[in-house]
Amino acid sequence: MEKVLMKGNEAIGEAAIQAGCRYFFGYPITPQNELPAYMARRLPQEGGVFVQAESEISAINMVYGAAGSGARVMTSSSSPGISLKQEGISYIAGAELPCVIVNIMRGGPGLGGIQPGQADYFQATKGGGHGDYHPIVLAPSTIQELADLVMEGFDLADDYRNPVMVLGDGMLGQMMEPVSFGGYQSRTPSPKDWAATGKTADREPNIINSLFIDPQELEDRVLHIYEKYEAIKEKEIQYETYHCEDAQIIIAAYGTMARVVKNVIGRAAAEGIKVGLIRPITLWPFPYDVFTDWAARDHVKAFLSVEMSMGQMVEDVRLGVNGQKPVYFYGRTGGMVPEPEAILAEIKKIAGGE
Amino acid sequence: MAIVFARPRSLTDAPFHYCPGCTHGIVHRLVAEVIDELGIQEKTIGIAPVGCAVFAYNYFDCDMHEAAHGRAPAVATGIKRVLPDRAVFTYQGDGDLASIGTAEIVHAATRGEQITTIFINNAIYGMTGGQMAPTTLPGQVTTTSPYGRDTAVAGHPVRVCEMLATLTGAAHIERVSVHDVPHIVKAKKAIKKAFTCQLEGKGFSLVEVLSTCPSNWGMTPLEALDWVRDTMIPYYPLGVMKEVG
Amino acid sequence: MANVRFDEERCKGCELCTTACPRGIVVMAAERINSKGYHPAQVTDMARCTGCAACARICPDVVIVVER
Repeated sequence: MEKVLMKGNEAIGEAAIQAGCRYFFGYPITPQNELPAYMARRLPQEGGVFVQAESEISAINMVYGAAGSGARVMTSSSSPGISLKQEGISYIAGAELPCVIVNIMRGGPGLGGIQPGQADYFQATKGGGHGDYHPIVLAPSTIQELADLVMEGFDLADDYRNPVMVLGDGMLGQMMEPVSFGGYQSRTPSPKDWAATGKTADREPNIINSLFIDPQELEDRVLHIYEKYEAIKEKEIQYETYHCEDAQIIIAAYGTMARVVKNVIGRAAAEGIKVGLIRPITLWPFPYDVFTDWAARDHVKAFLSVEMSMGQMVEDVRLGVNGQKPVYFYGRTGGMVPEPEAILAEIKKIAGGE
Repeated sequence: MAIVFARPRSLTDAPFHYCPGCTHGIVHRLVAEVIDELGIQEKTIGIAPVGCAVFAYNYFDCDMHEAAHGRAPAVATGIKRVLPDRAVFTYQGDGDLASIGTAEIVHAATRGEQITTIFINNAIYGMTGGQMAPTTLPGQVTTTSPYGRDTAVAGHPVRVCEMLATLTGAAHIERVSVHDVPHIVKAKKAIKKAFTCQLEGKGFSLVEVLSTCPSNWGMTPLEALDWVRDTMIPYYPLGVMKEVG
Repeated sequence: MANVRFDEERCKGCELCTTACPRGIVVMAAERINSKGYHPAQVTDMARCTGCAACARICPDVVIVVER
């Protein structure tokens, strides 16, 4: 299979096009600008449409319209712009529309910085917008995985009629790695006969809507959506375990942080400390059971969550570990990236304290 | 005898929830009549606003989207870019279009989106109980301008048609009224022109309809019609503000 | 000859139609109310109706059907 050297942001664009996405609505924000630029160049070549919207809010609403019309559609932004999109994402989930939303995370809160961060974990996995709903959240760690998860994201979105968020960070967006687009096996799509494409004489109108003014109707709608979430939890959880088999400390990390941690694991082993990694790939649904199971093993003495934030995923790690073993946290924020030496020092502190 | 006037096919028979005398009902019917006369029911997709007309999807017999407040022109853009041969219309009030949705309507117009917007200007926020709108007139009493709109504090009302008419992408911009039958007839013609403008691919079209809100104006339906004629039209002149080809 | 029919249950008694009729024959039925509690509009002097449909055009609730 042919491999090309691509920048992460551009690989997202090519993956989307390979997945049949022909509509992109976005707005410039660092560090994801190469993605809208790539779509502006590539989509017309494929007979697709690129629109630079007047704001991230407008872009997510264009996504709503395009998704409701039955198309595969994507938008992207970075942290502050994703905040702007939250109402629209809530509407998309409530109206049961499929789409892919890419967040190339940067330092926050507020205008923050343009260096990478992972401080949008809560926003992505605990809602972000109002109401009872979840986007499916995918966290790639390499550019190849980024491309594969973007393609899978479109399938997941269509299968479950739910928004999918691909959570990257500035490092992943900016770096370049070899990637191929032929590897992902797409799922068989189901027809979108629910789409509002124009009411022909043979059917009732299709209404794309999240307003249910009768509370029982709204509850029924939400319960139906949560039935989908149960199916997603059952079938779609993805994670990687690395060197956990006799680990005394298990690190939880996702995205680019997991790559730094893998580097550290080798160095810790050389110093006689057995460290493993659980890398959640779906952040929602989160692989709680994986943590519960590993926490039950005698050789595991402690967990450490390493994130580019003040500690967000660590709360889900704690839920999974369920009190069986201590859970520690190490992180940097504001765009600072945890360094291998610092993580190793934390590991030694934990190992020494037992 | 033959029926010469009845419910248009593009209107469902759901009774309108609007207040007695509210002109939303007239405008809904005019839009539906135009859809019927142009023969586009099967390819029309409408976008309902947030406002009194939030349930418009119950009243038009065509595929519809419910949009977030102010965002209908963006939703319409998404739809029209995916389905360029459909007739896409938004139906929006003055809070939706002239307050929170100002960016969306200006940019849909300036991009020349091939969509049609029906803009209901009743100088107040109806659904939420009568607050001041960007279109509320100086001195007009509302729940958030209880002493009358004070232009020193709240500024002056916005004339949407005149503003949008400055944009090259706007192809047909017209303001009409529905306070009596001759004006209703003219309003329907304007709506038909706006939809035709879209079908002919000329660009963005908008019809601003001066409308009543008897409940929140604190008037009878008949007094409200007169208020449109005597107080709104002098500030919001009727006519075509922009017409391309 | 012409005839107008009022779907009285839909009428909200707004009286807009009474202003539109060029013959002045559309009046509110003072002696009865519909199930919503409104006095519905009506035409009692149908012989004078020309079927112009002005009343139907101004009605916000699609109450009126006009035949000619």
